[in-house]
Amino acid sequence: MKLKHLVVIAVGICLALPAAVCAEPVTINWWHAMRSARGKVVDTMIKSFNDSQSEYVVVGTNKGNYDEVMNAGVAAFRAKKQPHILQVFEVGTQTMMQSGAIYPVHELMLKAGYDIDWSNYLQAVLSYYMDADGNLMSMPFNSSTPIMYYNVSMFEKAGIEPLSKTEAITWDKLGEITKKLVDAGIAPAGMVTAWQSWTQIENYSAIHNTPFASKANGYEGLDTELMINNPLVISHIERLKTWTEDKRFMYGGQKYQGPKAEFIAQNAAVYIDSVSGIAKLKKAVKDFKWDAAPLPVEASMKKPQNSIIGGASLWILNGHSEKEYKGVAAFLKFLSSNEMQSYWHKETGYFPITMNAYNDLKAKGYFKENPLQAVGIDQLNRAVPTKISRGLRLGYFVQIRNIINEELELVWNGKKTPKEALDNAVKRSNVQLRTFEKTYK
Amino acid sequence: MEEASVYIHSMIKRSTFKSGYLPYLLILPQILVTLTFFYWPALQGLSQSFFLSDPFGRSSKFVWFYNYIELFTDPLYLKSIVTTITFSIAVATVSITLGLFIATMANRALRATALVRTLLIWPYAVAPAISGILWLFLLHPSYGIVALTINNWFGTEWNPVLYGKDAMIMITMASSWKQISYNFVFFMAGLQAIPRSLIEAAAIDGASPFKRFWAITFPLLTPTFFFLSVMNIIYSFFETFGVIHTVTQGGPGGSTNILVYKVYQDGFVGLNLGSSAAQSVVLMSLIILITFLQFRYVEKKVQYTG
Repeated sequence: MKLKHLVVIAVGICLALPAAVCAEPVTINWWHAMRSARGKVVDTMIKSFNDSQSEYVVVGTNKGNYDEVMNAGVAAFRAKKQPHILQVFEVGTQTMMQSGAIYPVHELMLKAGYDIDWSNYLQAVLSYYMDADGNLMSMPFNSSTPIMYYNVSMFEKAGIEPLSKTEAITWDKLGEITKKLVDAGIAPAGMVTAWQSWTQIENYSAIHNTPFASKANGYEGLDTELMINNPLVISHIERLKTWTEDKRFMYGGQKYQGPKAEFIAQNAAVYIDSVSGIAKLKKAVKDFKWDAAPLPVEASMKKPQNSIIGGASLWILNGHSEKEYKGVAAFLKFLSSNEMQSYWHKETGYFPITMNAYNDLKAKGYFKENPLQAVGIDQLNRAVPTKISRGLRLGYFVQIRNIINEELELVWNGKKTPKEALDNAVKRSNVQLRTFEKTYK
Repeated sequence: MEEASVYIHSMIKRSTFKSGYLPYLLILPQILVTLTFFYWPALQGLSQSFFLSDPFGRSSKFVWFYNYIELFTDPLYLKSIVTTITFSIAVATVSITLGLFIATMANRALRATALVRTLLIWPYAVAPAISGILWLFLLHPSYGIVALTINNWFGTEWNPVLYGKDAMIMITMASSWKQISYNFVFFMAGLQAIPRSLIEAAAIDGASPFKRFWAITFPLLTPTFFFLSVMNIIYSFFETFGVIHTVTQGGPGGSTNILVYKVYQDGFVGLNLGSSAAQSVVLMSLIILITFLQFRYVEKKVQYTG
């Protein structure tokens, strides 16, 4: 009897009040590539959004790794069953921008009535996903940047001072340090690097404010051409090549697994990789002390530029209703709150994307307790991004990175000189860029 | 011989259908499946290869043979074809030879034959990707147990991360390893179908084990041999993808970038659908050509009847 009454009352309320209160919540689908530990963090963030209001329900689905998520999004879009939010890795940025399948984030937020102060965001992160006019196209989500890890125990043994966490050392200095370590027999090899294209060419170019590609690294036109066969990059690769001969540099593979293994096994004293390495090293290294420092710069570069990011951003796909987009906007707004950003940063090591969240963490003494986490952020924030250091906007960037990897490997195994390899990398990449241009023109 | 086979053929009863439609109706499901899952995608691929298109399908441009011209003017694509052929010959040779060797050994009366045979078949159940990872754990220069040992003991510079030749050896081993089991099963079956009386008669006539193998066993195994050579080539062209993906990703310096891996890289990861489709068409034509050549020239030497 009582239950019946309740139902009657509930129905009565529903009829009496505007539809919004009792209507089914609007579902927002988000396809992402975050698995295991990161997947759980994402689930928690989604849950707290869903609990915080009743109008929208965000459903997060892991569709595999970055390639798989992108392909799932493409296939779904073609079948008109696309999710609202798609997480896409940074190299897919140009493909997404050209696709005509997206709803730019700056428009979305404006239409939904959020007046967002974009200057409060980490500019080096934001600028990677802006168009040439500075409009934000996708919402940065997980962003990282490369830093330099080093074996403190080995440094101590060789009597080398620990490195500063804010002031970058020069490449010459790194050469001296690694020489000392190798010559004294303290380290079997000097440095290793993960993701060589990203760390040694893309970031190296940005830090030295040297164009990676013409047309402001591709931001200002599809008719961009690679420019990495410039004297600065060639001499950097030449230096690394000479270092391979006296073991100051050791090639450990394209991705991070090989180089990381060498650093953990103390086969190499210095290891360049993304800030996401912090968590990995904390877990794996037990028998020596290590620390991190900014990436080295050339002595000629008195004021080094910001490094550039890697990671992924959230793209909003076309073809949904206004109401759903309102929900998407609310969710993006929620994700950039201080609380969510510090949670995300603390759990995953990816950067908080707003200055607010960063300052909040700083005020709470977080970076004092976790000085390692500040190294990457400081390196990103040390300069205002220029047209050259804000990021890269290239079509078929996946193929271009493959080409760079291949050509660099031919340098390391002695089949090509650095100049030959970089010239060839430019030539081959330009063919890719022309095909991409032809597709969209 | 000739007369006997004519005689046998005339003995076979031929059943015919009274209704003219029934046979077509019966094969209809098979034809539908083949058309839907083989011919339709193949034709889609063929047509896609003449377009440059945006992955989201919003714009598509007909470009005639642009994708093919780009491919064949790329010296690295031609290199990838050579790499693929070298790799598949290596895999087929290693796995057929070892499969045959192990089968001949296992065919001899042993204790616990059933157990030994079962164990020898096991690796076939391992997925190529897993097989790749296992071999990587053995041969990776930084953490591979075998690699570290040989580099320490013999002072060699084994480094598949840096040297193309080493990488090629590593993926050939990883790919052959599980295929040996497959070949073993077929050779085993083939060996058991050979009448013991033939071998015993030869033994009585004083033929050495080696002679018996060459004069009797081997010729009688040629149908198996032929079948396996076709299957192994196809295996190494396509199914070794998992090994490449987990072990070398086509590197170093593109030295293990076989055609099927490039199709995946350019199409699935790089989203250049036109080029990827053109590569698939080339790959398809290549495998058709190789299989045709095998049937045309190698099959002539096969003896199907005892």
